[in-house]
Amino acid sequence: MSGIDFLLNGAAVSAQGMPTTTLLDWLRETQHLCGTKEGCNEGDCGACTVMVTDHAGSRALNACILFLPQLAGKAVRTVEGISAPDGTLHPVQAAMVDHHGSQCGFCTPGFVVSMAVGHLNGAKDHDDVLAGNLCRCTGYAPIIRAAKAAEAAPVPDWMHLDAFNIAQISHGSRGGGSGRADSPPGAFSPRDSDALADWYLQNPDATLIAGATDVGLWVTKQFRNLGPVAFLGGMQDLQHIERQGGQLHVGAGVTITALHDAVRLLHPSFAELLRRYGAMQVRNAATIGGNIAGGSPIGDGPPALIALGAALHLRRGDEMRHMPLEDFFLDYRKQDRRPGEFVAGVSFPDHAPGLRCYKLSKRFDDDISAVCGCINLAVEGGRVTQARIAFGGMAGVPKRAAAAEAALTGQLFGLAAMTQAAHAVADDFTPLSDMRASAAYRLRAAQNMLIRYAHDLAGDAVSVLQVRA
Amino acid sequence: MTMGKALPHDSAPLHVTGAARYVDDIPLPAGALHLAFALSSIAHGDITAIDTSAALALPGVVAVHTAASLDPMPDCSPSAHDEPLLAKGVVHYVGQPVALIVADSHLTARRAARLVKVTYAERPALLTVDAALAANSRFEAGPVIWAKGDAQTAIAGAARVIEGQMEVGGQEHFYLEGQVAAAIPGEDGMLVHSSTQHPTEVQHKVAHALHLPMAAVRVEVRRMGGGFGGKESQGNALAIACAVVARATGRAVKMRYDRDDDFIITGKRHDCRIMYRAGVDAQGRVLGLAFTHLFRCGWSQDLSLPVADRAMLHADNCYHLPAVRIESHRLRTNTQSATAFRGFGGPQGMLGIERVMDHVAHDLGLDPLAVRRVNFYRGNDFSAKNQVAQTTPYGMPVTDFVGDALVAELERTSDFQARRAVIAAWNAQSPVLKRGIALTPVKFGISFTLTWLNQAGALVHVYQDGSIHLNHGGTEMGQGLFQKVAQVAADVFGVDTALVKITATDTGKVPNTSATAASSGSDLNGMAAKAACEVIKGRMAAFIAEKHQVKPDRVRFVDGTVRVAGEVYGFAQVAAWAYQARISLSSTGFYATPKIVWDRVRGQGRPFYYFAYGAAVTEVVIDTLTGENRILRADVLHDTGSSLNPALDIGQIEGAYVQGAGWLTTEELVWDAKGRLATHAPSTYKIPACSDRPPVFNVALWGQPNGEDAVGKSKAVGEPPFMLGISVLMALSDAVAACGDGAVYPALDAPATAERVLWAVERVRNV
Repeated sequence: MSGIDFLLNGAAVSAQGMPTTTLLDWLRETQHLCGTKEGCNEGDCGACTVMVTDHAGSRALNACILFLPQLAGKAVRTVEGISAPDGTLHPVQAAMVDHHGSQCGFCTPGFVVSMAVGHLNGAKDHDDVLAGNLCRCTGYAPIIRAAKAAEAAPVPDWMHLDAFNIAQISHGSRGGGSGRADSPPGAFSPRDSDALADWYLQNPDATLIAGATDVGLWVTKQFRNLGPVAFLGGMQDLQHIERQGGQLHVGAGVTITALHDAVRLLHPSFAELLRRYGAMQVRNAATIGGNIAGGSPIGDGPPALIALGAALHLRRGDEMRHMPLEDFFLDYRKQDRRPGEFVAGVSFPDHAPGLRCYKLSKRFDDDISAVCGCINLAVEGGRVTQARIAFGGMAGVPKRAAAAEAALTGQLFGLAAMTQAAHAVADDFTPLSDMRASAAYRLRAAQNMLIRYAHDLAGDAVSVLQVRA
Repeated sequence: MTMGKALPHDSAPLHVTGAARYVDDIPLPAGALHLAFALSSIAHGDITAIDTSAALALPGVVAVHTAASLDPMPDCSPSAHDEPLLAKGVVHYVGQPVALIVADSHLTARRAARLVKVTYAERPALLTVDAALAANSRFEAGPVIWAKGDAQTAIAGAARVIEGQMEVGGQEHFYLEGQVAAAIPGEDGMLVHSSTQHPTEVQHKVAHALHLPMAAVRVEVRRMGGGFGGKESQGNALAIACAVVARATGRAVKMRYDRDDDFIITGKRHDCRIMYRAGVDAQGRVLGLAFTHLFRCGWSQDLSLPVADRAMLHADNCYHLPAVRIESHRLRTNTQSATAFRGFGGPQGMLGIERVMDHVAHDLGLDPLAVRRVNFYRGNDFSAKNQVAQTTPYGMPVTDFVGDALVAELERTSDFQARRAVIAAWNAQSPVLKRGIALTPVKFGISFTLTWLNQAGALVHVYQDGSIHLNHGGTEMGQGLFQKVAQVAADVFGVDTALVKITATDTGKVPNTSATAASSGSDLNGMAAKAACEVIKGRMAAFIAEKHQVKPDRVRFVDGTVRVAGEVYGFAQVAAWAYQARISLSSTGFYATPKIVWDRVRGQGRPFYYFAYGAAVTEVVIDTLTGENRILRADVLHDTGSSLNPALDIGQIEGAYVQGAGWLTTEELVWDAKGRLATHAPSTYKIPACSDRPPVFNVALWGQPNGEDAVGKSKAVGEPPFMLGISVLMALSDAVAACGDGAVYPALDAPATAERVLWAVERVRNV
């Protein structure tokens, strides 16, 4: 039986296992590489962070919700491979020792890997790099001191090896992503969307796995039987981001990280929302297609895209369907998607100066929204000519605030109109209470987001994240 | 001097390379088995049937145990023998283990646990303190009441009476390494690797479960991936389960909880309600005060009684209360059994009085710091005047009070008063965002309140090559205890700390140890190790002195050398000579904390050897439209005496502050109406993340030596700085108060989530 071939700390390996064996279990139980830790087994704590390199670069990922077939043709570097083969510490490791960045040490390997990836990529926003690594001992201050201290040190030679080796392997097979046309045992890995379309038509009950940030938990926490599975990571033709005719066309396989980078200048408020989507390791794995197709009422992508007036592109066999994104979400976890049909991409305007996205969660980073409110107003001559307001967390689906939009349209834009429209939000939604927030709070906060919008556009300080002591 | 050096954690190079080994990383002999618990899905009821057939049919499952197959049922309780390993007929909370799966892999065991089908006859469940109080469901016969003076009369006679109540949330430990144990049977008995703060307790409970003498059970703990009190008693069940199965099968057995199971099964910090009624004068001086504590203890007693005691013992914090009455209810509910968590009830008790200070200042329109000041204990300068020390509500004279001086210094270094003015001006021009600032002090009593626990042992060997083997009863959970004690040992011998070999905690080396808890680790084990080292050093000194015909006290151990009569020998040389002269180079050491006497029934005595002090200034900003909030800056001045290791101490302080801030802000535990914990993973339970730390974070050590003869004149540091986080809640209260006209007190409950902050804003604005 052929295995899944990839590089592990620089050496070629061929991993045998179920398609849903996680990299973490494989590392610890098969390779006896126990430096990578299990903290939560759901991608929220970062103790299992590993570095994965492919043609697109090196990034941090959570090994606990990363399935072996996702690694085909890539290079994995664990904490054991962050120091040199002769034991020389990486600059971030040395700095962590010097600055007392470890106490109990259990989260430390994950931190070290995230820091080493950040160091390799020249990242200086350490809060962002490390938002997905939880530490319960240090209060983070010494870890940040260590990260800063290591900034100036050159990247050690051995940290370049994975990219070099990957380039060698994939040389001459551009377009194959991993450079492989064959599929790992027990799972289908389509090379492109044509291949997926054919296969999915034959296997409409299959589970499609892109980043596995959601499906991973079906396996590690719920022991769900996934049926036939397809791993979509190798489909280059769904990873495009094209700007054309005032629209951004984004393939379903684009990661949240890549989408963030693409909209950073065009839609800064949307980008800030995406910056707070999960944390680095999750954004590096999760795709916008998965975020939409999952149909979660609390996903952060859809409210912003709906507010932008995005069009969704679905494919079934050779047939494409296009619809306004909001029409895709029918009811709680029920979408307008036919058997064998998959999300191919999404398109939205490249210009929307009136767009503001507000994410409300218990914790700022690495958290799921209690309410996500995205407001996109067009104002001409002082009057609101078009209002698109969408909320997540307020209903069983991401949903537009039709009454509030109606209340605004034609009104003179300002605090008075927004306050008036805020009242109408109560007609739009009957939210639920859960562990993230009460129904009453969700409604009040959603209403207040409209008032915040008025202050925001008036230039008042409206985000606690912008205040410095 | 190696004491006082800012050395890194001894395991730091192993931590950063992934080479530090935790229990789950220990290779086990071939054929090892793995365990998982099947859990109760209801809060209270009778088990009418358990069907294990589907679980047993899963390939890889070796056995499934229930109460029927474990007789007698092992007990896991650290106190009242009220925690059967598996439920016997009745379940008492959602998450109680009802069956034990034995399988060939961790995953198979977990998978099989979901296949156990349990049928129940449900009984009414008591989920809240109100329900438990109404049903008189409690531990002990009634509330514990301690009093000093006549609080009721004093309150009645006061110019103003201020009363209120606050809900205080619990807290999940969220140690990054979950609960885990492994048992390896052998001809000498049972070897247990456990992630526990209390190896002797695990040894005792395993011995009891196996009907073996304690001498036939050895427990080893190299390190934990965090403890915070959550591994004082909560690891017992795993160790016992492993040992029982290991004994039955003759195979090595391991058990670790998946994170969700860990949340659902194990105890957390006690949540509670604190009610208060204070009589004050015009300056805010408290003349009389009555507290009622309602502690939700969960289904079993565990450590709840001493936890609730410690809350009472910290109901005064830094404030002299001339007349006070504290009534404490320890309520039994159908929830996880609340357990030890850093501060051990102290944080809840202290939060109560800080809330009173904040409320009094608000209602009197006074500066909260001024109100705190007029209530401070008198300072510790008793030399000139005929002053006598003021006493705590439990009758202990406060002779070491530095809170006033420490707060004055922090007020200056943090630029507190000027910033208050700046914040007020900023708030006046900011319609949506408001800032707040607060200074709160900490006085925390150091010693186990169960007095006999204040003892420790150590075992030290000096080898003929001069290397030193150090062992003691304390456990390493990240706090740097091993390094601190190594520094103490190196100091005695005058050698570099690197010469001291740190070794895993092992009940076979040092017996009858106390939990590494109550911040006592370095105080107790440092002194025990020092005693052992001094015995050996004394023998070496006597030996070399005799050779030189001088008195032993003329021999000096410095810089890795032994100096006597003008000669300078290497430490290793003297060790080798002593060995050849047939001098014992091994010794135990023992320490028992002096001066402490405590009658917990009457609530009188000196439960603490000394107090550790600290204070924090925190500045926050809130969003009045959503309640979102952020710490902007924290300034901390903390008393660790003459620090054994300032780097490790500052690490404890920074970490404790952030953990305390998390407790009071984002860390919200939510149970649903059926008693199911809804926040059982990091996806829903939010400890502080990296960006939640104060972006400006100034931490300084007070630096004055401990007035008592503690090891190196240091002070304990594990728990006291946790309560610096109270300043965050008080700063949020200040920011919320800035939204109103002063008529309505914010009355912020904890944790002050964005939701609670928003409702408080609306309260003070009368929305």
